[in-house]
Amino acid sequence: MVNHMGMTMTQKILAQAAGLEKVEAGQLIEADLDLVLGNDITSPVAIKEMEKFTVQGVFDKDKIALVPDHFVPNKDIKSAEHCKCVREFARKNEITNYFEVGEMGIEHALLPEKGLTVAGDVIIGADSHTCTYGALGAFSTGVGSTDMAAGMATGKAWFKVPAAIRFQLVGKPAKYVSGKDVILHIIGMIGVDGALYKSMEFTGEGIQNLSMDDRFTIANMAIEAGGKNGIFPVDAQAEQYIKEHSDRPYRIYEADPDAVYDAEYTIDLGKLRPTVAFPHLPENTHTIDEIRTMDEIRVDQVVIGSCTNGRLEDLRTAAEILKDQHVAKGMRCIIIPATQAIYMQAMEEGLLKIFIQAGAVVSTPTCGPCLGGYMGILAEGERCVSTTNRNFVGRMGHVTSEIYLASPAVAAASAIAGVITAP
Amino acid sequence: MNNAKGTVFKYGDNVDTDVIIPARYLNSSDPAELAAHCMEDIDKSFISQVKKGDIIVAEKNFGCGSSREHAPIAIKAAGVSCVIAETFARIFYRNAINIGLPIIECPEAAKGIEAGDEVEVNFDTGIITNLTKGTTFKGQAFPEFMQKIIASEGLINYINREK
Repeated sequence: MVNHMGMTMTQKILAQAAGLEKVEAGQLIEADLDLVLGNDITSPVAIKEMEKFTVQGVFDKDKIALVPDHFVPNKDIKSAEHCKCVREFARKNEITNYFEVGEMGIEHALLPEKGLTVAGDVIIGADSHTCTYGALGAFSTGVGSTDMAAGMATGKAWFKVPAAIRFQLVGKPAKYVSGKDVILHIIGMIGVDGALYKSMEFTGEGIQNLSMDDRFTIANMAIEAGGKNGIFPVDAQAEQYIKEHSDRPYRIYEADPDAVYDAEYTIDLGKLRPTVAFPHLPENTHTIDEIRTMDEIRVDQVVIGSCTNGRLEDLRTAAEILKDQHVAKGMRCIIIPATQAIYMQAMEEGLLKIFIQAGAVVSTPTCGPCLGGYMGILAEGERCVSTTNRNFVGRMGHVTSEIYLASPAVAAASAIAGVITAP
Repeated sequence: MNNAKGTVFKYGDNVDTDVIIPARYLNSSDPAELAAHCMEDIDKSFISQVKKGDIIVAEKNFGCGSSREHAPIAIKAAGVSCVIAETFARIFYRNAINIGLPIIECPEAAKGIEAGDEVEVNFDTGIITNLTKGTTFKGQAFPEFMQKIIASEGLINYINREK
């Protein structure tokens, strides 16, 4: 029986990378890696671990990406030391893809833009949101620093082949319903451990109605449902994106028609509503209609940015809503383009001017406020509507502060109103 | 592997890596410094009360969120000898094995053990004994491959040995 079971898209990629004809859920495999990624928080720990290897050096200087993005430009002396450690390691090992301030961006927006992630790749990154590249039909997953060290040294990683959940997407989302609303809806439905250890495979004709930026957002938050990875089939839109950004050859894998899924859901994108995750878990979701029946939720700060929602389309949506408007009195609205290229494009399109005229501040790319690093820390009891990915206790600052996760559209509208609302 | 024995600190579902070690301390990667802030945003008294050998017991999805290895490093450096949970988030699970922090999945133990109980864990058999209540539980055994990593005291040593 078992031998005749079809494979999911993820399983096919992993089988190929392990040099096996067939893999099944639960099997332990060793796979060849196409890319190993680290940032300024996780890389220093990995670099220290690498000293313990009997064989020194990296497996392939072109297949490692080091992106200081969390606490850069350096927020304090200790962060500066971490960045220095990464910079010196990159220099010593002649790492091709090290991105200094001025060239960098938030890693998960930057790497696809630089063409370093393509369909069929197997990618590990010492950052939980490494699952983002599944939008391009790659297998990519977050690991810790020791796995990163082992990956940099050997070019291999061990995986337990995941089972999968299939999300069949149909229909077309309404205006101001975005990828963020799709993934928050799904996490609200299955819970923060609903896809624990599993692949989230998104399929269905509705995918053609989701832009690449929507798909990056959806795959990015697979980890918030506990998923090992999120993955999309490679359609014409994805192929076009890859060709525009990369010269690397890519491989398209499709799930077998008889692939086995632990669960299947059908989601009508046309029925989704702007969705907000209340403190302190991404699964605590409410639609804007539910919120409108509640007492007003006053907001002190809005953040638009991050590896989840700092892409061009996100900024365009925010600008559309903020144009000729002004943020509420006392509101701090912080907008962070995710990469230098996005920043430049936003400038050329006049988006930055719209933001500044609306009373928002615009920052250089950084993960800063998302993880409570800097650039927008919350005081006791303060409330933030954020387009980021986590609203855990104390994530953005004081342990009693609150984060409401939402789309750029909801975030921008809330910045103007001073209370949680949708355009 | 040795046994673990200690007093239990008990937590609920979805203990995330931000409460295990808040990002405001991630400008350091020094284990002792990280340990000084371990569990700070979920249990302020943890670090002043934890003794070498103590055990953390939690419910579902322990260690969810960030990939920061600083989380299991902080727990280990705080002196904790074992974490028992109903389930672990997958990156935390990998990280704990890779750095040699013993962890065991056991839903029954997660339910049958309370804060302050004295608990003993036998890593060879997977038997968890609640000495305070006189009950025993059987934890999930690790696959052989992971047992080898644990026996090598971490992934790097395991790879060095295999080469």
